[in-house]
Amino acid sequence: MSVDKATVAKIASLARIRMDDAALERMVPELNGILQWVEQLGEVDTAGVEPMAAVIPNTLRLREDVVDADPLTGGGKREDVLANAPAAEHGFFGVPKVIE
Amino acid sequence: MTDLTSLGVKDIRDGVAKGDFTAREVATSFNAAVAEAAHLNAFIVTTPDHALAAADKVDAARAAGEALGRMAGVPIGMKDLFATNGVQTTAASHILEGFTPRYESTVSQKLWDAGAGMLGKLNLDQFAMGSSNETSFFGNVTSPWKKAGSNAAMSPGGSSGGSSAAVAARIAPAATGTDTGGSIRQPAAFTGICGIKPTYGRCSRWGIVAFASSLDQAGPMARSVEDCAIMLGAMAGFDPKDATSLQMDVPDWEAALNSDLRGKKVGIPREYRMEGTDQAILESWEQGKAWLRDAGAEIVDVSLPHTKYALPAYYIVAPAEASSNLARYDGVRYGLRDLPEGVGLQDMYAATRAAGFGDEVKRRILIGTYVLSAGFYDAYYTQAQKVRALVARDFALAFEQCDVILAPTTPTASFPLGSMNEDPLTMYLNDVFAVPASLAGLPAMSVPATINADGLPLGLQLVGKPFDEQGVLNAGLAIQQRAGFTAKPEKWW
Repeated sequence: MSVDKATVAKIASLARIRMDDAALERMVPELNGILQWVEQLGEVDTAGVEPMAAVIPNTLRLREDVVDADPLTGGGKREDVLANAPAAEHGFFGVPKVIE
Repeated sequence: MTDLTSLGVKDIRDGVAKGDFTAREVATSFNAAVAEAAHLNAFIVTTPDHALAAADKVDAARAAGEALGRMAGVPIGMKDLFATNGVQTTAASHILEGFTPRYESTVSQKLWDAGAGMLGKLNLDQFAMGSSNETSFFGNVTSPWKKAGSNAAMSPGGSSGGSSAAVAARIAPAATGTDTGGSIRQPAAFTGICGIKPTYGRCSRWGIVAFASSLDQAGPMARSVEDCAIMLGAMAGFDPKDATSLQMDVPDWEAALNSDLRGKKVGIPREYRMEGTDQAILESWEQGKAWLRDAGAEIVDVSLPHTKYALPAYYIVAPAEASSNLARYDGVRYGLRDLPEGVGLQDMYAATRAAGFGDEVKRRILIGTYVLSAGFYDAYYTQAQKVRALVARDFALAFEQCDVILAPTTPTASFPLGSMNEDPLTMYLNDVFAVPASLAGLPAMSVPATINADGLPLGLQLVGKPFDEQGVLNAGLAIQQRAGFTAKPEKWW
């Protein structure tokens, strides 16, 4: 499979990365080179093989059902959370208007 | 007095404990060495005050007769992928420039608790995506090594290239690294130092800027196997804040170091004999076998039949996870915001990410987005996950016949900066020997073996069973004792 400029533009839009025409033109052969190379995985017989998501067997733990069980990741951190925001207003993240 | 910057972790820790020198003297020496080495561009920011404050705490604790931590008095470099409270953390990207965490990553906190101090935040490939340290927004890192008869700037490897350059140049006794597909081992091999990636889950990922969460693991980089054992002991341990953290005891790797390999079997994977591998690397591999045999081990042939598919599988799995992880950089919560006049939220996201991410990061996000998109998910992503399962099964079967695997770390020695940028694939291939162990989550280490005809270091790689960091370290120690690697870069910076 290979991608054309329109496909790369669609992917870039899905990934929310603005790309002009020149950037798209440049990216098409680069992505195709990589995609053609990974295509060799199609040769591998994977019938009956379960896809691996977690490499070391582990089970998800439940934490204590307690508010702020871990103070580092609990609540009450508004100032810390907003400290690095490009625009923080009235204790919230500021964003451009999203409704007309 | 000895030049304190020539000392490693163990010698510094033991010297401070004995009173041969103070932790402050050590920190002062390394701070000065860091300040002199700006030409390497190994650090994005330096934090001499952090190193001094930690040293003073250790000196005070010693004066008060208190017990000292396992890294007491050792100033280290911190890869700029670890969130450090009050100190800029960028992942070497423009999109996080100026980001100053209000919290400390678990691994860095454990190191400070063990008595280490921070010399600064080390440069790396942007978001740890790269194998040469040429994708950082803050400029390339230059290796302290030079090719014989050439003045070309050499690559320190990547992504932990600031770490490898700093440790090889003796401006830090040790540094943290992270390894997603070879990012500790390959730079260690390129610069003649040691580096170990533990079993996936040993070190908490909490507070480490995420690249590919099912692969990312932190580990130490230092100039000896002993130093790596000490530092890994300080970094590892269960953390409830990381859902994939291993809930198991951390052995005392330092105390159990033992290079007597009698009764151990070392596997030699025949598929690692690949075209394009330097002759000198193949010879060092042969030499490595002889050293381990001399240490008492039996050498056996093993097969890892899916080796050639590991790298392409990695270049689907890692970008897929990256495209998801990096969705958080949106210009809203932290970092850069690019808000062109009069545009709405969606255009702000797109403009911010266009301005904030470098080319390699964009390339991987696009690949990841594509392989996860409707209609392609099964053909690419699911197939790659199945191949990953087969790569892991290959190792499991091989470990029925051997205790540890010996292979080269890289197919080539370091190369000049700028010489491998024609095609992204050429660079990817440098991780061909490192990626399989990452996909399988196994502990793996690179130790320096020799220097080639150009005067550049070559590394050997050891891969162990899950949770058997000890077996890896022990085999590494056996090589270290026999290789007698003492070469170091001549100071030009």
